[in-house]
Amino acid sequence: MTIESLPPGSSPPGSSPPGSWPDGDAHRTDVPVLEVDDLTVTFTRRGEQATRAVDGISFSVTPGETIGLVGESGCGKSVTSLAVMGLLPRRGVRIGGSVRFDGQELVGADQRRLRALRGADMAMVFQDPLSSLNPVVPIGTQVTEVLLEHRGMSRREAADEATRLLDRVGIPDPTRRLKEYPHQLSGGMRQRALIAMALACSPRLLIADEPTTALDVTIQAQILELLRELVVDSGTALVMITHDLGVVAGLCDRVHVMYAGKIIETADRHELFARPRQPYTGGLLASVPRLDAGRGVPLTPIRGSARDAIPWAEGCAFAPRCDNAQDDCLTEVAGSTVPLEYDGPGRELRCRHPLEHPSVGAGATAAGAAR
Amino acid sequence: MTAPDRPLLRVEDLQVHFPIKRGVFFDRTVGHVRAVDGVSLSIDRGTTYGLVGESGCGKSTLGRAVLRLVEPTAGRVEFDGTDVAALGGETLRRMRRRMQMVFQDPLGSLDPRQDVESLLSEPLRAHGLGGGKAGIAARIRELLDAVGLPAAALRRYPHEFSGGQRQRIGIARAIALEPDLLIADEPVSALDVSVQAQVVNLLEEIQERLGLTYLVIAHDLAVVRHISDVVGVMYLGSLVEQAPSDVLYDEPLHPYTRALMSAVPVPDPVVEERRERILLAGDLPSPADPPSGCRFHTRCPWRQETRCADEAPVLRELAPGHLVSCHWAEEIRDGVLRPRSPEEALHATAPSAEGPRPVEEDDGIFLGRDRPVPRQEQA
Repeated sequence: MTIESLPPGSSPPGSSPPGSWPDGDAHRTDVPVLEVDDLTVTFTRRGEQATRAVDGISFSVTPGETIGLVGESGCGKSVTSLAVMGLLPRRGVRIGGSVRFDGQELVGADQRRLRALRGADMAMVFQDPLSSLNPVVPIGTQVTEVLLEHRGMSRREAADEATRLLDRVGIPDPTRRLKEYPHQLSGGMRQRALIAMALACSPRLLIADEPTTALDVTIQAQILELLRELVVDSGTALVMITHDLGVVAGLCDRVHVMYAGKIIETADRHELFARPRQPYTGGLLASVPRLDAGRGVPLTPIRGSARDAIPWAEGCAFAPRCDNAQDDCLTEVAGSTVPLEYDGPGRELRCRHPLEHPSVGAGATAAGAAR
Repeated sequence: MTAPDRPLLRVEDLQVHFPIKRGVFFDRTVGHVRAVDGVSLSIDRGTTYGLVGESGCGKSTLGRAVLRLVEPTAGRVEFDGTDVAALGGETLRRMRRRMQMVFQDPLGSLDPRQDVESLLSEPLRAHGLGGGKAGIAARIRELLDAVGLPAAALRRYPHEFSGGQRQRIGIARAIALEPDLLIADEPVSALDVSVQAQVVNLLEEIQERLGLTYLVIAHDLAVVRHISDVVGVMYLGSLVEQAPSDVLYDEPLHPYTRALMSAVPVPDPVVEERRERILLAGDLPSPADPPSGCRFHTRCPWRQETRCADEAPVLRELAPGHLVSCHWAEEIRDGVLRPRSPEEALHATAPSAEGPRPVEEDDGIFLGRDRPVPRQEQA
């Protein structure tokens, strides 16, 4: 670990994220809650080559902001979230770079301090609610555990608070539900219970890792509504990890698209969906069937699969599947990877031959030239 | 022998009930899960019927009952004029050659210890097709080619492939016997987004080339809309609406279909911000104890005080080919009835003298664009 831990309470660095935020949101500030800087996660196994799952990722979230980490399975989005939360095992994992929560360095921080933060100031909701709840402990005990641990409540106070929390996330008849076990709840209700646990200490950062993937669409709509409400009401910074572009379109302010462990495109959601620049982003959008599109319009898939990615050291990992790929995408000069570069206001792009959009092409070029 | 205008598959009032057993020594049957409860549908040759619904609505059970992988409790499945339920032994086996299935989980449905050659030749050998070793080898290469896998795949095992490639193997195996009907149960839901489109396109291409008839079962409305000619929406074991794909998506009439479609996220922030969401309250009721009357009435934003709770609606034809099972479908279509909106909750309007009265009290139904309406206290 190269970066020294900052003492608790020190003021966070005053860097402001790119882009500007719409007014009228009292909770929003430009001071990031979470700053991830050049994070790398490498899994090592004896006798085998090390695997770099996350390869130099940087992003930040401010209060009341929702950012999306989007990518397909294996792109490193979940490992990023586990690294931020300090939930990766110590053995066989090397973490580099820096993760600052409120200016405090978390990479290499001791377990006791992480434990104090986790559940209190930063919380996480996982994809599969059944395997993230303890099957032999009633829901109530699991929710109150957080309150007893972090908020120093008495058992009675905690029980009342748990009832209130379950009610807030829309679980009917919360007093009865608190006595029940996870298997007695439906999938949507388990996910609500998990969100209730995450909200118990009004965290300032919530990481939601595919929170609706295991749920039906009507339940998914309920959960997304709940998250939206949470961000607006309490100013929680939300990091949404998902593969579903529809979820991103409705929820996230800023989107980071990941591929093979790196961020390949960052943009405001309107910009990203209207004018994707990375061929991978464009390919994803073209390959999703849309409910509001006509029938029979053929889908344009991305050829190959994520397994075809080549190491970043040899060029652009997406090049083997890319229609825009040219010779300089694969053969790399001096072994350096394709850099993530400024691509207009609030946008960053890792691509040598991006998609051109006639209406803004001139502006983007001008911006590039001005730089 | 086959009449061209006769549907390839006709399902009539199909029911599949699973008994719920209790007790240690005696298996007392204490009730039934009505997984499929009276579904009728027919699929024309060369077309695709899409069946959508949420988990637990019985759509997969219906697909399996058509192939008799589960025994139907009642009702009739007619395949190309033959009653499938009446078949047994060798005749059933021969009939199954013409009805094949593609499963959701390609890794789970392929034997991990068989290489691709063995996986693909098994159905041919089992049915005595392919004409000897050389014939089978040639047929397998043809199949691999049809699903876009290299010949080098033959010696490899399922775990060596990516999810999309495995699904291609599953499809190759299903079309090996040149079936007439292909039942695809969630064919793409286990795949990555970029790969889903490849498999969807492959299914369409194969259909065109071989003239197959599809029954596609999926929860993803966008995928179903994309590949289906006719779409049926299931809720708690019965069909609530059926219409040609475009009609259904342009003008859904059943409240459940409307809610389902409004809940599907669209990858376009402009659309996402403008669209109105109909949020349903609560979860799917238990199919072991379905609600009385209309099964959707417990969650329906358009629920009326009469009929909905005590009278089961029948599937009726509102427009040619558009079937709906809702008492108030016409009123909902014509905008006479509206779902409970925030304004109505605040100023409860006096019921109009003629026509059905709008719902006044309906706890827990959220309606809104970006934020739920707070629950109203019951008066």
